Amino acid sequence: MTIDQIIFLVVAVATLIAAFRVVTTGNLIHAAFWLIAALFGVAAIFAILHASFLAVVQVVVYIGAISILFIFAVMLTRKDMRDQGPQLNRNWGFGAFLAALALVGLVFLVHGWSGVTKTAPAFPSEFDAVSALGNALVSPDAYVLPFEVASVLLVAALVGAVYVAYNRK
Amino acid sequence: MDFLKDPLKVAADWLLGIFAGWGMPELWANVLIGFLGIFILVALLMVLDIFLVWIERKVVSRFQSRIGPNRVGPFGLIQPFADIIKLLIKEDTTPEGADRVLYNLAPILSMMSVLILWAVVPLAPSILGVDLNIGVLYIIAAGAIGTLSIIMAGWSSNNKYSLIGAFREAAVMLSFEIPMLTVMLIPTIFTGSMGIGAITQAQDTWFVFLAPLAAVIFLIAAIAELGRSPFDMGEAESELISGYNIEYSGMKFGMFYAGELLHAFTFGGFWAILFFGGYRFFGLEQVSAFLAIAILFFKAFIGYWIIMWIKYTLLRIRIDHMLAFNWKFLTPVAFVLLMATAFMNALLADASNWLYIGGMFLSNVLVAWISLEVARSASRRERERVEGGKAVEAHQ
Repeated sequence: MTIDQIIFLVVAVATLIAAFRVVTTGNLIHAAFWLIAALFGVAAIFAILHASFLAVVQVVVYIGAISILFIFAVMLTRKDMRDQGPQLNRNWGFGAFLAALALVGLVFLVHGWSGVTKTAPAFPSEFDAVSALGNALVSPDAYVLPFEVASVLLVAALVGAVYVAYNRK
Repeated sequence: MDFLKDPLKVAADWLLGIFAGWGMPELWANVLIGFLGIFILVALLMVLDIFLVWIERKVVSRFQSRIGPNRVGPFGLIQPFADIIKLLIKEDTTPEGADRVLYNLAPILSMMSVLILWAVVPLAPSILGVDLNIGVLYIIAAGAIGTLSIIMAGWSSNNKYSLIGAFREAAVMLSFEIPMLTVMLIPTIFTGSMGIGAITQAQDTWFVFLAPLAAVIFLIAAIAELGRSPFDMGEAESELISGYNIEYSGMKFGMFYAGELLHAFTFGGFWAILFFGGYRFFGLEQVSAFLAIAILFFKAFIGYWIIMWIKYTLLRIRIDHMLAFNWKFLTPVAFVLLMATAFMNALLADASNWLYIGGMFLSNVLVAWISLEVARSASRRERERVEGGKAVEAHQ
């Protein structure tokens, strides 16, 4: 086992434990902080995969903005941070069945895929992943259309939010 | 000679030789040397932090026409150690109903968010923790962890003043991140890389001459990010007592305080790195790595001094004014400046060096002038509206 694999296992286990605590803890603020821990674990996995840009954006956007927004929303809307009701509703059996089915399907798919035992080829020494990503986002042969469509969607959301919140005198 | 140029590599090779002599595998020896390097950097920063307390107190006393600490040691130099002993022997209180884990985690995260910034600081041409190709974004990501620590401290203290302070502080930090990241992209345009090391290397002309407005916006956003006066509404003593860190005592408060000072110094350093050439000074940095570190620290201290100067000169700004200033003025100006810089960069791509510098400088001046004019006419209209309303009320 290489050091990379050990680090991956540690990070993955920590992420899974944090994700499990998000849904089992009774305190909503604790759930938000466990969610942050889980998102941080995902960022660490991006970093292990040499996707440094994605790792940092994960921290900036998800930890720096979205989870802070979650915490704000929880604190501003709830009087009591503790969840009194039961943690499970009556659909839990069906949900567990679907999750188990998805797990079996994933294991089956990965088992049949030849790529799972291969090691990834090393990056060329002068490969700059960030500029490759930047070029791909604005190149017509690559992802310029999805990129622009996503931008239009975000602008529409922004305009909608301003319209809803605007206070006409 | 080699030791002067690249002391870290020489030291690492020497240590590797010793560890190999002990029969340690090379991989583990390298990991151990890496840890030692981090340990030494952090230890030196913490020692520097101790003296930053003394520097801050001395400078503020000069601004306020006082003498400052002068009783313990020459020029009061031993004073910070006395402060540390006091902090260590103070009772460590935890408020009733506090969330213990988060309450104890917050000061550590706050200090950590500052210390991890130094991973990407290029101290000398050969001394650089990690040359991340996304260094600029990394700085913002570390700031995100700082925001998190403040929310954590404010909520877990179970005190309404600390919660209000934390909310304000987080709102300010989240909003001022946007103009800050936007103007940090301007050195990125000049360099063609987001790596901090590459940005330093590319500054044959200091970027402050190419983008003076960007340097000013970065400084304003950095001060807001630090939560220092005039943007220290989050810890306004007169109404919130001390903001998010009210309930902390002893060394836990010390962590917040030391973190804030080191943060201010670090942002003075980033200001120097992004706009004032970092460790570069007329080729002096090539002579010795130690000289390069000295140059960087000198520039960082000037940046830190300017941040202190602003802190102790200006009054606190109201929270709604602060957010309006950011969203309605600073952010649009930063966006327009980024677009203008990108446009000029494409236009002047083949121009001579002097034309490039002149064009960039003039475009900055133009953007600054237009934005100030727009702000002036908007505020005049606002003033007329308010005063006109008052005049009508007086007649009734």
